Amino acid sequence: MSLPLRPQPCLEVRQLSVSYDRRCVIDAVSTVMHRSRITAIVGPSGCGKSTFLSCLNRLSDLTPGCRLSGSIRLDGDDILSARTDLIRLRRRVGAIAQRPNPFPLSIRRNITMPLEHHGLRHRDRREAVLERVLRRVGLWREVRGRLDQPALALSGGQQQRLCLARALALEPEVLLLDEPCSALDPVASGVVEDLIASLRGATTQVIVTHNLAQARRLADDLIVFWTDEGRGTIVEQGPADAVFTSPQSAITAAYLSGSRG
Amino acid sequence: MDRRPWPDGLAAALAWGVAMGITAVFGLVLADLLRHGLPEISLGFLLEAPREAGRAGGIGPVIVSTLLILAVCLLTSLPIALATAVLLAEFSHGRSGFARLIRASLDGLAGVPSIVFGLFGNALFSLALGLGFSILSGGLTLACMVLPILIRSAEQALREVPSDYRRAAAALGISQAASLRQVLLPCAAPGLAIGVVLGIGRALAETAALLFTSGYVDRLPGSLLDSGRALSVHIYDLAMNVPGGEARAYATAVVLVVLLLVANALTLGIAELWRLDGGTSR
Repeated sequence: MSLPLRPQPCLEVRQLSVSYDRRCVIDAVSTVMHRSRITAIVGPSGCGKSTFLSCLNRLSDLTPGCRLSGSIRLDGDDILSARTDLIRLRRRVGAIAQRPNPFPLSIRRNITMPLEHHGLRHRDRREAVLERVLRRVGLWREVRGRLDQPALALSGGQQQRLCLARALALEPEVLLLDEPCSALDPVASGVVEDLIASLRGATTQVIVTHNLAQARRLADDLIVFWTDEGRGTIVEQGPADAVFTSPQSAITAAYLSGSRG
Repeated sequence: MDRRPWPDGLAAALAWGVAMGITAVFGLVLADLLRHGLPEISLGFLLEAPREAGRAGGIGPVIVSTLLILAVCLLTSLPIALATAVLLAEFSHGRSGFARLIRASLDGLAGVPSIVFGLFGNALFSLALGLGFSILSGGLTLACMVLPILIRSAEQALREVPSDYRRAAAALGISQAASLRQVLLPCAAPGLAIGVVLGIGRALAETAALLFTSGYVDRLPGSLLDSGRALSVHIYDLAMNVPGGEARAYATAVVLVVLLLVANALTLGIAELWRLDGGTSR
């Protein structure tokens, strides 16, 4: 896959701090995620990786008592500003959760309902998108005969691919993936991982993962989170190859080699 | 030998005994109702107007009044209950002072005896608002009475919908209103239906609150502003005030029970359709 020689910034995070009910969980982190590349976020449990990810589409707003400060710029616009149109932001920045979360609707409605909501009035065009995204995630042949059956009857791996299709249907510029494979069996996990790899170059992806081998396989850029007395910070970041082969910090070296974390 | 120690055996015997006792009481009531009531029931009984204070004729107008009162009650209480439950479960995070105040008020209301609702309905709807003894007064009074049940059960049903769905909808840029309509409410439909069933049960069984509000005129009501006699009031009247009315009281009670069962089945059926409709409509 050919990438632009000079990676262009897509999401720029400056001095982002997050607190839950005044308890600081992320302490003044700054980083950049580049356009069309895959940025992997790794680190031990409870260091604020998922919280960080949820700030990038302001899903953090749903958690009562959660306060953000600092700035996150998406193509230059600060998405933490009070004027941000959240509906438009979340259309531009899609998200995949750790546990597959299709709606308790039919397979078809899972894809077409959000499209309808975002103003795609023609049923024919919705159906066209439905087929395109289901083909994109390799589900079309598996489900074409039962589109009107409940999505919850699908296997875990199929559900996660459906969620990916549902997000892709809105043509997001950025895709946030919060440990998208951790609830899946190894085979399904491999399928989803291949899909993520195949989106490289088309979509900016930010993936949180516990699986260092997966991070190594997928990441163009790597961000290593660590926790300092309950406060999440970034200890190291940069091109994945560089961080994996010659980490600058001792914590990162120990973590990446598997002797800590 | 596998013999249980005697305290366990005694406890088990007691538990069985109590359970059997409860079933037996229910069976006896039902058998008694059917034995006395069934012989009186005919098509004429269901359609005709009562004569001789109910000793003869039927209960046609009474059934109509009951259904009208129930309709007024549900049409006014359901939208209010749903809106309040949505506010409590989805918009207040459950810990604001306002939400606590609403909950405390509802718990207070739920404990008020129905006769007090009757007096309140009489004072407010019949007298102050000038609705008099009417179907409308009765239905509105019942609406006040079933609101706490409806709201608390609807709130509970909404809270039991996994929050994954809310996050999934928000992450797709779907507004809260749309996610409620398309995902959360259909999901909560079975729980909402249970609340409605309880509400209908309480409304249909109510006598005291209706005596002072919808009255006991047993003619067919011409409008919602006419007085109308509910089934429960008719049973009360036949049993207490009309010598020789017992058989007809039993028959009316059978009709009331059947009506209750039909209303419950309808409610649960509608909820199931609503839940499935979210899943299959295009």
